[in-house]
Amino acid sequence: MSASTKDGDNDISSRAVSHLDLDAPDKTYLDSNELIINMGPQHPATHGVLRVILKLDGEKVLGTECVIGYLHRGVEKIAENRTYTMFNPYVDRMDYVAAVSNGLGYCEAVEKLMNVEAPARAKYIRVILTELNRIASHQLWLGTHALDIGAMTPLFYTFRDREEILKIFERYCGARLTTHAFRIGGCQYETYAGFEKDVKNFLTFVAPKIDEYEALLTTNRIWLERTKNVGVISAADAIALGVTGPVLRASGVRWDLRKAQPYAAYSDFDFEIPIGEKGDTYDRYLVRMAEMRQSLRIIEQAVNGIPEGPIMGKVPKVIKPPVGEIYHSIEAPKGELGYFIVSDGSTQPYRIRVRPPSFVNLQALDIMVRGLLVADVIAVIGTLDIVLGEVDR
Amino acid sequence: MNSALNPGMAPVATPFFFYLLAGLAIMGGILVITRSNAVHSALSLIVTLLSVAGLYLMLYAPFVAGVQIIVYAGGIMVLFLFVIMLVNVERASKDRRFNRIWPIGLVAACTLMGLFVSAFVKGSRINDMFRDRGMLLPESSNTQQVASLLYGEVDRMGRYTLGQYTFAFEIASLLLLVAILGAVIMTKKKI
Amino acid sequence: MPNFIMSYLGSTLTPGEAGNQFWALVYVLVIFAGVSVAVIAMNWIERKALAHFQIRLGPMRVGPHGLLQPFADALKLMLKEDIIPSEADQFVFWVAPLIGLLAAFTVYTVIPFGPSQAVSDMNIGILFMLGVSSLGVLGIVVAGWASNSNYPLIGALRSSAQMVSYEVAMGLAVVSAILMTSLNSTGTGTLSMIGIVQAQQQQGVWFIFKFFPLGFIAFAIFAIAMVAETNRAPFDMAEAESELTAGYHTEYSGFRWSLFMLSEYAAMIAVSSIAVTLWLGGWMRPFPNLLHAPAWEFVFSLFPALTFGGLAAIAFIGTVRMPSHSFFKIQRIGLAVFGALLGLVALLLLLIAIAGHSADETLASRFKESIGHVYWFVLKVAVFMYLFIWYRATWPRYRFDQLMKIGWKVMLPISLGVLMITAIVGVIFS
Repeated sequence: MSASTKDGDNDISSRAVSHLDLDAPDKTYLDSNELIINMGPQHPATHGVLRVILKLDGEKVLGTECVIGYLHRGVEKIAENRTYTMFNPYVDRMDYVAAVSNGLGYCEAVEKLMNVEAPARAKYIRVILTELNRIASHQLWLGTHALDIGAMTPLFYTFRDREEILKIFERYCGARLTTHAFRIGGCQYETYAGFEKDVKNFLTFVAPKIDEYEALLTTNRIWLERTKNVGVISAADAIALGVTGPVLRASGVRWDLRKAQPYAAYSDFDFEIPIGEKGDTYDRYLVRMAEMRQSLRIIEQAVNGIPEGPIMGKVPKVIKPPVGEIYHSIEAPKGELGYFIVSDGSTQPYRIRVRPPSFVNLQALDIMVRGLLVADVIAVIGTLDIVLGEVDR
Repeated sequence: MNSALNPGMAPVATPFFFYLLAGLAIMGGILVITRSNAVHSALSLIVTLLSVAGLYLMLYAPFVAGVQIIVYAGGIMVLFLFVIMLVNVERASKDRRFNRIWPIGLVAACTLMGLFVSAFVKGSRINDMFRDRGMLLPESSNTQQVASLLYGEVDRMGRYTLGQYTFAFEIASLLLLVAILGAVIMTKKKI
Repeated sequence: MPNFIMSYLGSTLTPGEAGNQFWALVYVLVIFAGVSVAVIAMNWIERKALAHFQIRLGPMRVGPHGLLQPFADALKLMLKEDIIPSEADQFVFWVAPLIGLLAAFTVYTVIPFGPSQAVSDMNIGILFMLGVSSLGVLGIVVAGWASNSNYPLIGALRSSAQMVSYEVAMGLAVVSAILMTSLNSTGTGTLSMIGIVQAQQQQGVWFIFKFFPLGFIAFAIFAIAMVAETNRAPFDMAEAESELTAGYHTEYSGFRWSLFMLSEYAAMIAVSSIAVTLWLGGWMRPFPNLLHAPAWEFVFSLFPALTFGGLAAIAFIGTVRMPSHSFFKIQRIGLAVFGALLGLVALLLLLIAIAGHSADETLASRFKESIGHVYWFVLKVAVFMYLFIWYRATWPRYRFDQLMKIGWKVMLPISLGVLMITAIVGVIFS
């Protein structure tokens, strides 16, 4: 069924079009059992407004095509007409599940462009909030992914435990979801009285809860059968497609921006990067569960050693970065979140281009679902952990 | 255990139920061949099969009745319906009925009818023979016959199937196995 | 009148066998009412239990603790607009839920609640049960077809393929239980449901424990197959909401849909009753041979009263714990009345148990025995119902091909093996 290429390569680009049968144009309808099915924009399991067109041979998937853009809000165009400070709340709305990470990436990118650095205390606060948000994002992922596969109970457990994180956010900056927690140059808000206590209570609260989630799923035979060897992507394919985040790490590639290009005080902490072996859904599940535990480690080290000092760096009131361009990326819960900012010296950016991890990871969907059944497509979409706000911007 | 013959197990209103079930079976059969919708035909066939199961019950063969329902109505007809639905037979197929050879059909039906009539006539002579030996329809009299017919059927069926007629039983199962394997081989694209 | 009831209670035959049409009709009506009540209760328990598994509360507003929620749902469904797809086959669309309902309810004809309490104890009882439940498959197939839509059709075909596959394993598990009934002195077994329970009584052991672990494995096979047979989690791929095929009852709304739900729950209760009858001793109380002293008899006969007393106590505790706000006044009163009713029933059962304690053949002792039989039977079935809900809350669902693979490649060989080994062991030990 695969098309033969001119040079016989098995590279990713030829495999991506293999389902189109480019060399057999006169294959008639009766020769195959092909069916084109639309998983429409409204679907309980596509985690947002995503349209997936599946080409099926009976029950097996031959190829997919994702139609995105249902949530496009023109964020990058809006950025050209806002000042840097005014644009800060907009970035939360892209990956609305992990808004703190979005803010961190943007603020650090602009700081890098302006060649200022946030003070150490601000960096520690940023790390604590970002890692809390990582846990919250992974908890949401776990609940919805398990629900797609049929286990309806972990959803409620993870959402209940996530509430503690959202309470901390609310006490810190007033918002639960789109936090706008950081400012260019540091943090606006000082940690509230009881912040360290809350965070430490949360650490002791959530560690047994993660064990609870694992007890429900990790050794469950039905979970294993639904997730093992489903949606396998090899390390070479993952790197070729530009996949990042837990998806890349589950395929065995040891690449985490927190260790490879440390930012915001991560170099002060001692943590590990969980790596998978096979790159199937089960490995991605294990990697994310382990990442939650590593985040707890980071938070514990951070909250025990927040340095004293100012929380805002020496940043002018009107932010006017020098002419130039910069690309800065961080390790968001979903992968490498990058900001490419071009400044023309004025108070409004000339161009901001966001490299969303979900957008690039979604392109791997096609390769991952070849040969799987329709029910697995939903599992694979869930395991990629995409957020449409980020894919579409 | 229910080992005593009791008034409840005696047949009740035999002629009424016989005519009812037979009428249902015949009507179902007619509907099978006259409906244009294939699913309606299949459902009518189910009605016919269930009526025949009832007739088996009246003939003191509860095991055969049960197996008729399980295998025929509940298994084979479900598969019929699968095929009808998967092959997506055109529902309101207004094709012209291919009825140019209806005389031959009429001759065949009449021959079959003649066969049934002759069997009935001959059988009524055998009926007299049975009546003399008291082996007729148990409603007429003999409680001992009724008891053995009622309560020994599964037992006797088991003894015959797995005792005297084991060979035929195994050959039949082997035939079914061959059919299954053939179907699998014919439809699988790669083994 | 008491003589009339006594004569009925004292008979050793079921009404169907005794030719007693009046009592048979009474039984049919009682079973119909009972199953409907059970389905309603099951609906409430499922929503509450599922909610508590998921750290929620479930329905709390419609009655005290949501007790009137099933009635509200039934009322809503009856009043909903009856939508029929325009291209659908009208007659078949109408008849499809009825087929499933008929199949589910007809099984109750043979289910015994006591040594002579069944509508009609046919001597092919188990065969009848298997046959009628295989007719239920037809209802689903036809429902999917009548919807005139691609996804319900695929869902219906998958549901029915799954049910047919697991019927095979179910049947073989049932056969090994039947085999155990023939391990008595005469060497003949029986297919009648009452006969199976009496065989367990004679052999002095519930078939789940006979030739341990053979009986247990056969029971486990049946327990898994019956979950697949009724399309419940973890085998509910064909009717899950997050899949592409939305299930055979997509196009049904309002009352017709509630008929499907009714037949699903009734089928669940029916197959649980079969499992209880075949392996768990039916109506027998625990330890009938080990603890057979009259004192133990008395203790066990108090259980129905204690159960209702416990339920009444829970209702009263709920009343006490309700917030003392004017909004909750009606709910408090309602729950207190409900608790009082339960307490009355408990009191009545206690009186019957005490009055029937003597060994005579009085009306009270007959009642006490019958109530005891029904109570133990319903208790065991209730355990199975809770297990159904527990499975649904805990486990993800199998993919369809994995489901079929389990049915054919795992359950069928194991049940065949158990059957053969049971036969061999039975011959050796008798």
